[in-house]
Amino acid sequence: MAVEGVPARSGPQAPGHQGGNVIEIQELYKYYDDVRAVGPLTTTIESGEIVGLLGLNGAGKTTTLRVLACDLLPTSGTVRVDGFDVVDSPREVRARTGYLPENPPLYPEMTVTEYLAFAARLRGVVSSQLKEHVETALAQARLRKRRDQVVGTLSHGFKQRLGIAQAIVHRPGVVVLDEPITGLDPVQIVEMRKLVRSLAGERTVILSSHNLSEISETCDRLLVIQDGRVGAVGSEAELSESLLGQVNVVLTVRSGPERDVAGLLSRVESVTRVETASPSEPGEGVQSFAVTATADVRPDLCRRLVEAEVDIIAVRRAAHELENVFLKLAGADEDRAEEEAEA
Amino acid sequence: MSKTLLIAGRELGAYRRSWLGPIVIAATLLADGLFFYVMALTKPMLSAEALGQFFFWAGGIGAVAAVFLSMRLVAEERQTGTITLLNTAPVSEWEIVLGKYLALLAVVVLMTALTCYMPLWLMVRGKISLGHILVGYFGMVLYAGTVAAIGLFASTLTRSQIVAGVVGGVIAVALVLMWAVGKVVDPPLNQFFSALALHHYNFRPFMDGVLQLDKVVYYLAVTFFFLLAATKSMEARRWR
Repeated sequence: MAVEGVPARSGPQAPGHQGGNVIEIQELYKYYDDVRAVGPLTTTIESGEIVGLLGLNGAGKTTTLRVLACDLLPTSGTVRVDGFDVVDSPREVRARTGYLPENPPLYPEMTVTEYLAFAARLRGVVSSQLKEHVETALAQARLRKRRDQVVGTLSHGFKQRLGIAQAIVHRPGVVVLDEPITGLDPVQIVEMRKLVRSLAGERTVILSSHNLSEISETCDRLLVIQDGRVGAVGSEAELSESLLGQVNVVLTVRSGPERDVAGLLSRVESVTRVETASPSEPGEGVQSFAVTATADVRPDLCRRLVEAEVDIIAVRRAAHELENVFLKLAGADEDRAEEEAEA
Repeated sequence: MSKTLLIAGRELGAYRRSWLGPIVIAATLLADGLFFYVMALTKPMLSAEALGQFFFWAGGIGAVAAVFLSMRLVAEERQTGTITLLNTAPVSEWEIVLGKYLALLAVVVLMTALTCYMPLWLMVRGKISLGHILVGYFGMVLYAGTVAAIGLFASTLTRSQIVAGVVGGVIAVALVLMWAVGKVVDPPLNQFFSALALHHYNFRPFMDGVLQLDKVVYYLAVTFFFLLAATKSMEARRWR
């Protein structure tokens, strides 16, 4: 990374270096006047991960991201990015971080190229590498055809892409994206997911989103923020198991009507319920079953079906598990609010 | 310094492409011309007196224009959210404030320079020295530049450009009225208040073509004070 005036970080925590915690948050508290927005929040994020922040409105996601991007300073606690403290070394942290806030910070009077060049130079990209950095960001965000368009005339989707482009134009080790897919249409969401996934490995990405299926598909790991704290950490499946205590699987098989497939499935250990579902695809003898279990029993289910010579067409985790996790969290927050009100 | 100039360059581009800069400059030039005609040309007076009158009115109009030009500098960025780009870049608050101020100062200098046809007309038609003109212009830039720093500080306090303009105007007027306060209080406080006055006590020597170092230091000190206050105001926002 060619950045003016900022010393290169050597050692195991250099930007983009594989392995090691690139983000370390310990006992972070942030108060707005007397209102606690975040805290106590403690977590670590490894280099190269794509981590999604999940939480209800007001849970503290945006505040956490703003502290990471050095836009806000913490009330107390320690936040380190690539080994640099956000309070003691904000300049170093900012040089290593790219940030897209909920509303992309765009100057409407500039052209796309002018804006990216400005953002790059602001982040310390030297003149000799400016063109290359801007061209790469334009290509990554698929904005080449819009390079000469005035920012104010771009559609919402292109503005969002430009917002991401400005966050990566200086090739930071950490990219922080707050609600990057808000207001995008389905096609744009898929493109945005590809863009974010393309950053994986090379950079550490931390993003928040209200789109549960999207955050689940894009991120390696989810960080559930509940009332300013880390409520749970893990993949969608892990969260579903730990928070809901169950795993939902949808199985599609082909068999004759004489076979009691539901009975076969219900006898597998840990299975608590088997229901017939509408077939996920057409075909003679095709049946779908919704299986609920206390653990991930997909291998056991498949083994049992193979033994019984039932053709398996598809096995997948049920959709909307994350929605159920979210609803569970919403319930927990309401309970907490009621307890606080009573107290 | 390169980041400061980068920010100044973007800010100048914003003035050029927005309606505010050209309209304020045009209105200022129109007002300057009208006041010059009414106050300096319609009454019998010496050329040097007419030039002094020009600097008096043009200085005041330039200061008002500086308030209008400065009110958007930070308030607009906070309103639209673009301030986040600056706040999350490896740039200090001082570099941001200085960059914005330099851009504003460049506009103020351009706006002031565009009035030069009036003193030059007096020079051709009457008897005045080039030194008088240069000192007067130097004073006008110092005066408007100081008000610009006040306006920039006010712009860091709020998201609303209107509120920023009002706050900046109130601070500037309060400092101008120190001259009146100096008239009504007893010595030695009267000297203190007079010396604080943004216009009368400190600007008159420039109007008369007299360059006094203490007056230059006064304007530079007030400018520095408000630029520093603007920096601290922006720094404080990160803790809120």
